[in-house]
Amino acid sequence: MSQTKSNAPWLLSAPAIALFVALLLAPMLMTAVLSFNVFDYNTGIKNAYTLDHYIAVFTDDYYYEVFWRTFWIAAVTTGICLLVGVPEAYILSRMKTPWRSIFLLIVLAPLLVSVVVRAFGWSLLLGPRGIFNQISLALDLGNIKILYTEWAVIIALVHVMLPFMIIPIWTSLQKLDPGVENAALSLAATPFATLRRVIFPQVVPGILSGSLIVFGLSASAFAIPGLLGGRRLKMVATVVYDEYLHELNWPLGATLALILLVANLVVMLSYNKILERKYQKSMGVA
Amino acid sequence: MNKNGPIALLFNGLIISFMLAPLVIVCLVAFTPGNTLTIPTTEFSLRWFAAVFDHSDFVTAFWNSLWLAIASASLSTAIAIPAGLAITRFQFKGRDALNGLFLSPLIVPHLVLGVALLRLFSLIGATGSFGWLILAHTLIVTPFVLRLIVAASSGMDSHCEDAARSLGASRGTVFWRVTLPMILPGVTGGWLLAFINSFDEVTMSIFVTSPVTVTLPVRMYMYATESVDPLMAAVSALMVALTAGVMVILDRLYGLDKVLVGEK
Repeated sequence: MSQTKSNAPWLLSAPAIALFVALLLAPMLMTAVLSFNVFDYNTGIKNAYTLDHYIAVFTDDYYYEVFWRTFWIAAVTTGICLLVGVPEAYILSRMKTPWRSIFLLIVLAPLLVSVVVRAFGWSLLLGPRGIFNQISLALDLGNIKILYTEWAVIIALVHVMLPFMIIPIWTSLQKLDPGVENAALSLAATPFATLRRVIFPQVVPGILSGSLIVFGLSASAFAIPGLLGGRRLKMVATVVYDEYLHELNWPLGATLALILLVANLVVMLSYNKILERKYQKSMGVA
Repeated sequence: MNKNGPIALLFNGLIISFMLAPLVIVCLVAFTPGNTLTIPTTEFSLRWFAAVFDHSDFVTAFWNSLWLAIASASLSTAIAIPAGLAITRFQFKGRDALNGLFLSPLIVPHLVLGVALLRLFSLIGATGSFGWLILAHTLIVTPFVLRLIVAASSGMDSHCEDAARSLGASRGTVFWRVTLPMILPGVTGGWLLAFINSFDEVTMSIFVTSPVTVTLPVRMYMYATESVDPLMAAVSALMVALTAGVMVILDRLYGLDKVLVGEK
């Protein structure tokens, strides 16, 4: 690799830069402007500017409720993915060769199936004719209603997000020296202590990046709450969709989408900061 | 290596069933002979698969999705190869920023990209244009292609290029005869990953497609919100089958674990 002052790298990436400027940076800027545009239900978007949409979002209880629901669903999803993903990645990493890659692929492969298909699958499983309700009826426990509740959304989100949690943890487990684990065990550490004091600290970076991805994707998920939340259970993404395609109030929709983007970034960055500090402490680095 | 205990294996079994359950149920229900969403027990029927092909909406949407995925995967490969080589072969000011820009569609929610592109398209009068839809999909799949190309070209021995050049090969010859063949597995892996991501994408597409350019996942989403019959299960089962097919090819060409987990 050579330090170059020539414009060769810029020429090589020029087509990609053009695409990203025209279809990412410019539209984002336009959307930011749009969120300040005045909107009238009879005449549409006007060329005047206002803070009304931001004030509406921050003062209306309805939006407050939607944002609150979105973030707690994303947080619970992240928590469940952590509780399930960390042990699963660890178990997978301890398997023998053919099984290891077979099970890893089964866990990761649903990533490649459209989220609409997976949401539909869950609506079959959680619906009144679904397996859970059948079991409950067979046990004489009566009908249980999961579909169109927060829990239907959370279960399906965990299904969609689990691979994103397992991948980074798996990657950091692969870098682990198995000798270290054996050393701890041979020095009379209990298996639990080995897990907690030797293995866990080394996979913290993987856990951290997995949680950030899962939280970010869950908070902005659209198809899952759209299909499993029903008409009443709205998350930010489905409200934005309604504003754009049913109410046609684009400026308000743009405002909601941008607040989601910023709130997401803030939550992710502060989570990153907190964990980083804790992690440095536990590793003895100030 | 220490072995997993019985509890660990049971846990693994539960997770595996959890991951497979929605896909399996969709495929089973697709074979029902009845009119409701039930698992067939005594009789199996292909009537709902036949119904899919009679439903011209789904057929049109399928072709839209297929062409869109082929075009956007190809276009993004074409721009990601030079960009990827610029990032791996040169040390220049702004390199990290450029890399960050190219990977940013992974971080910006597709919902936000969807509303942003809808605004752009409506301002320039591009709503309902298939060409602009291809560009939009190219944007979201480029990070996947770029990552594999960067991995492949930083993994290859760049002395091969130096050797070819010192033997008098022109820049073009070096690229076509040395570099490209050596990074080809990464390029094809990236293309397929881009293809499948474009084919599956729903959140951004729902904002920027028109009734004419509607894609299969968007059509399915609309259908699922309006009606409940086994037709949806049959379409879903076909999508699962198609995805499985692409996965097998991807595995043969590049190694599925490498594509999904990322480069080692």
